Amino acid sequence: MTYFKNIWKIITQYGDVFFITGVSNTLLLAVITVGFGVIIGLALYFARKSRFSVLRGIGTSVVGVIRGTPMLLQLYVGYFLVPKMLPFFNPTPFISVAIALCINSGCYVSEIFRSGIQAVDPGQTEAARSLGLTSRQTMQKIVLPQAIKNILPALGNEFIMIVKDTSLASTFFIGEVMTSYAIVKGQTYLTFECLTIVAIIYFVLTFILTKVLGLFERRLQAND
Amino acid sequence: MIKTVDLHKSFDTKDGKLHVLKGVNEHIAKGEVVSIIGPSGGGKSTFLRCLNLLEIPDSGQIFFEGTEITDKNIDINIHRQKMGMVFQHFNVFPHLSVLNNITLAPVMTGKKSQAEAIEMAESLLARIGLLEKKDEYPRKLSGGQKQRLAIVRALAMEPDVMLFDEPTSALDPEMVGEVLDVIKGLVKTGMTCVIVTHEMGFCREVSNRILFMDGGIIAEAGKPDEIMLHPQNPRTKDFLSKVLY
Repeated sequence: MTYFKNIWKIITQYGDVFFITGVSNTLLLAVITVGFGVIIGLALYFARKSRFSVLRGIGTSVVGVIRGTPMLLQLYVGYFLVPKMLPFFNPTPFISVAIALCINSGCYVSEIFRSGIQAVDPGQTEAARSLGLTSRQTMQKIVLPQAIKNILPALGNEFIMIVKDTSLASTFFIGEVMTSYAIVKGQTYLTFECLTIVAIIYFVLTFILTKVLGLFERRLQAND
Repeated sequence: MIKTVDLHKSFDTKDGKLHVLKGVNEHIAKGEVVSIIGPSGGGKSTFLRCLNLLEIPDSGQIFFEGTEITDKNIDINIHRQKMGMVFQHFNVFPHLSVLNNITLAPVMTGKKSQAEAIEMAESLLARIGLLEKKDEYPRKLSGGQKQRLAIVRALAMEPDVMLFDEPTSALDPEMVGEVLDVIKGLVKTGMTCVIVTHEMGFCREVSNRILFMDGGIIAEAGKPDEIMLHPQNPRTKDFLSKVLY
C-alpha cells in the first residue's frame, strides 16, 4: 500500500516536474524531431535519387552511417560536436541533442519514403509520362498521392518511436520526462514509484498518438 | 508519321544481356492502322514502348512527324502529348475520379482550361457510355470499363497516333468485345493506330497492315489477308498454325 501512497505523494509534491516540465520538453523534442525529421528525410530521399553522383553518395553514406551506429552515440556526438561546429550560434544542450535526433530520424524517414514510393506501381508513372506529364508533375500528382497511403502507417510508427527515443536524451539532462525521473528519484529515493509514473506518461502519450494517427489513416482511406 | 531506323535495344538480366530488338526498320504512315503480332519475347511490346521512348533504344533513330525524338536535346514530353498510349494493365489513376483521370493531363500540360477539359471529358465519357460514372473512383469499375476509360484518357490529349500495348490481354473474355468496339470506333475516325495484340480476328478486321515480329526483327509484314492466309516466312506459318484453329 505504501507503494501507491508514495506514488500519490510524488505526484502531489513533484507533479510539475513530471507533468509540466517533463511532458512539455518531451513533446517539444518529439515535435521538433518529427517536423525536421520529415524535412531531412525528404531531402535525403531526393539526394539519393538525384542525377548527381555526389549528392547520391552523400545521401547514401549519411543514411548508412546513421543506421549503422547506435543512437546514443549519435546523441553524444551531437552534444559535443554541434557547439564546436556552430560556436557563433551558441546552442544549448537541448538544441544540440535535438539536432542529432532530427538527423537520426531523417534517415529512417527517408527509408520510409523510399519504400512507400517504390511500392507505387511503375505502370502509374508510365501512364502519366505517356500523357506528356513531366517527371515532376508525375511525382506530384500521381506518385506521391498514392505513396502517402503506404507511407503514413510507417511514419506513424516512426513518430511513436521518436516519442520513446527522446528518453535517451535524458543522458544530457535536458529536461524531458526521463530527466524528471532522475531529478525526483535523486530527491526521494523512490526509484520504482518514479519509474511507474514515467511509464504511464510514455504510455498515455503514445496511446493518444496511435489513436490520432489511426483517425488520419481512416480519413485517407475513406476518400478513394 | 512514325519512322524507325535500325532500332536496337537490349536489357540487362542476371544471365547477361538480352538482345530484344535487333534492328527494326519501319514506317507507319498517317491514318494507317498497323497491328503487331508474334510470339511473346519477340520484341513487340518493346518496339511499341520505344516509339514514345518509355524504353530508350540503345541505338537507332525514331522520327515522329519529321522530328527525331531520339535526339537527346528534344523535349520528349511535348511529343508524348501527341502520342496516346493504352496499356495492358490499364494503369488508370486509382486516387482520381473517372472525370479527373481524363482532365488531369490536358489541364496540367496547359492544353486546356479546367472548364474546357471537363466539357471534353464528359463528351468522351458519353461516347463510351460511362458518363454516369464520372464521379466514381476507378476501383468501382470493371476491367473493361477501366480500359475504356484509359483509352479516352489518352484521347483527351488529342493525339495524332494511338499506341495500344495488348489492350485486351488482361481482360475477362466477356469484356474483350466492349474494348475492341471502342478501338474499332476510333479506327473509323481515321486515327493512326499501332496495336500490339493477340486478337487475330480483330487485327485482321481493322488493320491496314500486319507486322509479324519474332527474334527482335520484323520477320514479315503485309496486308492482313496476305499474312493470315498466305504467310511466306516459316516462322509466321508456325506461329499462325498455333494461334489460328
